[in-house]
Amino acid sequence: MEAAAAGSVATSRWRLPSGAKLQHLLFGGWTLLVFAFLYIPILLLIVYSFNESKLGIRWTGFTTHWYGVLFHDTVLLRAFQNSLVVAAFTTIFATVLGTIGAWMMFRYRFPARRALGLLIFIPMVMPEILMGVSLLILFVNLKVSLGYFTMIIAHTTFCFPFVLVGVQARLEGIDPFLEEAAMDLGATPVQAFWKVIVPYLMPAIIAGALMSFTLSFDEYIVSTFLTNASSQTLPLKVYGMAKKGLSPELNALSTLFVLGTFLLVLATQFIQRKKPVS
Amino acid sequence: MAAIAEAPAPAPASSAYERRPGWGAWLFMAPLLVWLLLFVVAPTILLIVYSFAERDSFGRVVFTFTWDNYLAAFQWKWLKILVYSIWYAFLTTVICMAVGFPAAWFIGRAPERRRNLLMMLVMIPFWTSFLIRTYAWITILSNQGFLNATLLASGLTTSPLVMMYTPFAVVLGLVYNYLPFMILPIYTSVEKLDNALVEAAYDLGAGPVRAFSKVIIPLTKPGIAAGALLVFVPAIAMYAITTLMGGGQVPTIGEKIQDQFTKASNPPFGAALGTLLLLLFFISLWITQARKRTA
Repeated sequence: MEAAAAGSVATSRWRLPSGAKLQHLLFGGWTLLVFAFLYIPILLLIVYSFNESKLGIRWTGFTTHWYGVLFHDTVLLRAFQNSLVVAAFTTIFATVLGTIGAWMMFRYRFPARRALGLLIFIPMVMPEILMGVSLLILFVNLKVSLGYFTMIIAHTTFCFPFVLVGVQARLEGIDPFLEEAAMDLGATPVQAFWKVIVPYLMPAIIAGALMSFTLSFDEYIVSTFLTNASSQTLPLKVYGMAKKGLSPELNALSTLFVLGTFLLVLATQFIQRKKPVS
Repeated sequence: MAAIAEAPAPAPASSAYERRPGWGAWLFMAPLLVWLLLFVVAPTILLIVYSFAERDSFGRVVFTFTWDNYLAAFQWKWLKILVYSIWYAFLTTVICMAVGFPAAWFIGRAPERRRNLLMMLVMIPFWTSFLIRTYAWITILSNQGFLNATLLASGLTTSPLVMMYTPFAVVLGLVYNYLPFMILPIYTSVEKLDNALVEAAYDLGAGPVRAFSKVIIPLTKPGIAAGALLVFVPAIAMYAITTLMGGGQVPTIGEKIQDQFTKASNPPFGAALGTLLLLLFFISLWITQARKRTA
């Protein structure tokens, strides 16, 4: 009787991990497939950016020729410059707006604070096409000519909520007496914010800034409505090239994009890892 | 702001300093408020106003009040496109869930160090330009693309398989783009999930199916709901992926709205289509928010 009981325990002990192991293997295998799905297209892009053949997919030899073509393409270089300008200003505006907004909403009890929170949420999730056309209508009616300025405003509008939300998340962990302590020691509220709160928030601010930069740099849909011929950004050019079909030059450009993104994600991870320091 | 600090604090239990904003605080808050009013609220109202406007004989927009744009939008020709856009977005959401959930589950229960690395691997495509990622699929699916070249070389087919410019290509493009948006929130739920609850379900005799449907799904529901919102709503309106993968053969509502503001130059009608989309967006948002509150 006892032996039988011990036996059943033993088999159940043996069976349970095997079931769990099987499950683990299945889920692991599936995850591997998901990563293959996510990465194989990108890897193919990268590999074929080094292919000599202009036409399609047959491998005819290794070359860096297409990168040379890319770096001498004045139209693309100009578009790259435009993207940098728009993304840089967007980052500055979005970071300042988002950081101050998050602090104010955390520090003070404004009327309609909940409604305000919802309103900030909207540009984050609003379909880009609606944002694009509605801002287009606004600028046309205000007789503002389209270009860098209108793009920067639009990009800032959907970027700053991301900064704000990130900073807000970090504020939740703040010592509520930090600001008070600074003011007891003679700091004005502005000084306390600048010298004590901002350093504490720095990792979230930098992460938000990097996010804004990437979002703005990659933005296509809103920009199509708010640009003019001379302020076309890189994604607008990429779209035009992709529409025409296979192009080794676009493969080379894509490779650089992927590389840039990879470095940016690494940087963001590195900054967020430092979180516990306060 | 100084005025706030000097004001005698009525000290609620949680904080010793003034929580009511003074004029200084309002001053610092003003840029945010003005920005939101000017670039979020005002344009949205203008879009709605436009949808009731007309064009004069020169094609200029005249502010009147007419339902004509909506009457035109409710013709089956246009409604069909909206229905199809919703259908593609729905398919995309379901596929992303089915594909993403097991992966999010596996990553969420991996050892912590590996978890971070795997999540970083999910996030890299998420941050890579969506145009580039869509282009990657064009190089695979097009008639001279990678897949067709392989199929032809292996002798499996004699003529290229037409995959581009089909609903299949559109949905594939959408799934590829939105999959990380689904994995991320589900992963967050899985990570928070108490393993003891799952083990308890097994110990109490639940099989994998019952443990999944009675314990795992209910506990990760917030993540699944958030993922569905993050995929479904933007996928309805997404247009650059759909134009690249659909090539004009698979019209979606986003593409048609864009047409009205460019090629067709009928902004009031575009605004009416846009307002309908906006309505759909607010309804989805309201449903998910209401759910969050009851949960």
